[in-house]
Amino acid sequence: MKAARVVALGLGAIACGCSGNQSALHPYGAPAIHVEHLIVGIVALCTVVWVLVMATLGAALWRRRQKKVETEISQQWLTMTVTAALALTVILIAGMTIASFYTTRAIGLPAKAALTITLKAQQWWWQVTYAGSAAMPGFQTANEIHIPVGQDVQILLESADVIHSFWVPSLAGKQDLVPGRSNSLLLRAEKPGVYRGQCAEFCGLQHSHMAVLVIAEAPADYTRWAVSQSADAIMPAGPDAAAGRTAFLAKPCAACHTVRGTAATGTSGPDLTHVGSRQTIAAGLVETTRGSLAAWIADPQTLKPGNNMPMVPLTSFELQDISAYMESLK
Amino acid sequence: MKREISHSNVAFAAAAIAIGITSAALGWLREPRELRLDPPVASGLDGLRLMPNGISGTPPESYFALGKPYETDAYNLSQGKRLYAWFGCPACHGDGRGGAGPSFLDGWWLYGPEIVSIVASIRDGRPHGMPPFRDRMTIEQIWQLAGYVQTIGAYTPKVAAPGRDDDKQTRPAENRGPAKILFDQGPVGVHPDQGPSP
Repeated sequence: MKAARVVALGLGAIACGCSGNQSALHPYGAPAIHVEHLIVGIVALCTVVWVLVMATLGAALWRRRQKKVETEISQQWLTMTVTAALALTVILIAGMTIASFYTTRAIGLPAKAALTITLKAQQWWWQVTYAGSAAMPGFQTANEIHIPVGQDVQILLESADVIHSFWVPSLAGKQDLVPGRSNSLLLRAEKPGVYRGQCAEFCGLQHSHMAVLVIAEAPADYTRWAVSQSADAIMPAGPDAAAGRTAFLAKPCAACHTVRGTAATGTSGPDLTHVGSRQTIAAGLVETTRGSLAAWIADPQTLKPGNNMPMVPLTSFELQDISAYMESLK
Repeated sequence: MKREISHSNVAFAAAAIAIGITSAALGWLREPRELRLDPPVASGLDGLRLMPNGISGTPPESYFALGKPYETDAYNLSQGKRLYAWFGCPACHGDGRGGAGPSFLDGWWLYGPEIVSIVASIRDGRPHGMPPFRDRMTIEQIWQLAGYVQTIGAYTPKVAAPGRDDDKQTRPAENRGPAKILFDQGPVGVHPDQGPSP
């Protein structure tokens, strides 16, 4: 009974893992589609070969030994069968190799990408930097990458501390982020949506809580988002949030976090200029709500033990105000 | 037919079991990491008492109750090393050999080598340019950083070491030993008022 439940749970978990917005079997981006075709093709081919080999083996085991005089003809037939099987094997393996070469070429970076984004992984979050242009200053955000649909996006992958790996199964293959190096990866979404990614290289205590969202939007929506992100933080309207701003700047918060347009220019933590507009906080740990913001600020080491955000002593009023301020930073 | 159990087999099995037990014991003894200091304990760390001249003093009782973790514990030293880079210490103190600010590696401690002096220097600042970090770091972080700074210029090597450097090595490692022979003849980056022998 218990075993059955465990199996059912396990199957359920596997089924959940294979659907939705984080699955290599549900690709929504050109590179992921190429990879899926390759893997499905190879698996199908190998299944056919395996069935044929097993059938031949079964037939050989099943067959009675026949007392037969070996003739010239039977010898020739045997030679031909073995030669044909060998040739087929060579052709199949060479074919799969060539197919994988073509896939590798197809998922490689094009000569010119529409957009280049720098992604720097740290223990345990993702720093996302959009370079500025003549029309718009550059900006930084965290744990959330917005891309325009149907365009080639080059992601430059860097790391601040240890080796991490960027993997958004629905959009592209895996690529490591190695300290002291810059790797790149082609990201492309064919359909608008929110695709979840996860650090895919064990990187320390909170490796499992290092998620990243890729949000693919229509180009017009993307431009609107980028313009709003490149703006400085708004002045808070409510009294709570205004008091929170003062407290935020007076407390150690400002030494690690940047809120553009204020005196807070710390760089060791995520940029909080538009933290209220992000879907999650703490690298996909919890949804962004005023409650979760307050919980995170009050006790980050209980929610995500070992992360580098210290527990800053705050009064309950300060906590309320700062969480209101964070929520207001849309 | 009875199979003889050879002595070498017994010895091999005994050695394997001994290695297994020893590694299990070592794993069990691994240094626990204090990731979340209880708020009262953390605020207790603020209660150090300095001598009137600001040099040396007594750490708070809670520091001894915790087992002096910030001087001896590899995790805290590693966090201190992170903070050293994050809070801009290299801007004045360089890689530990000084610059605009005093060197830690030369073994000249202007306010003494005790951790309380270093904590007070970071928390409250010192004359001639050392800013106070009271409002920029939590007291736990200040202790972590102080432990790391002390390690750079320790007279005797510490058993625990912080994380390794990924960058080019520009100075002796923090856990080198003996440290004394590496020390310079005089203090580096010291304000004239502080004199060669403070």
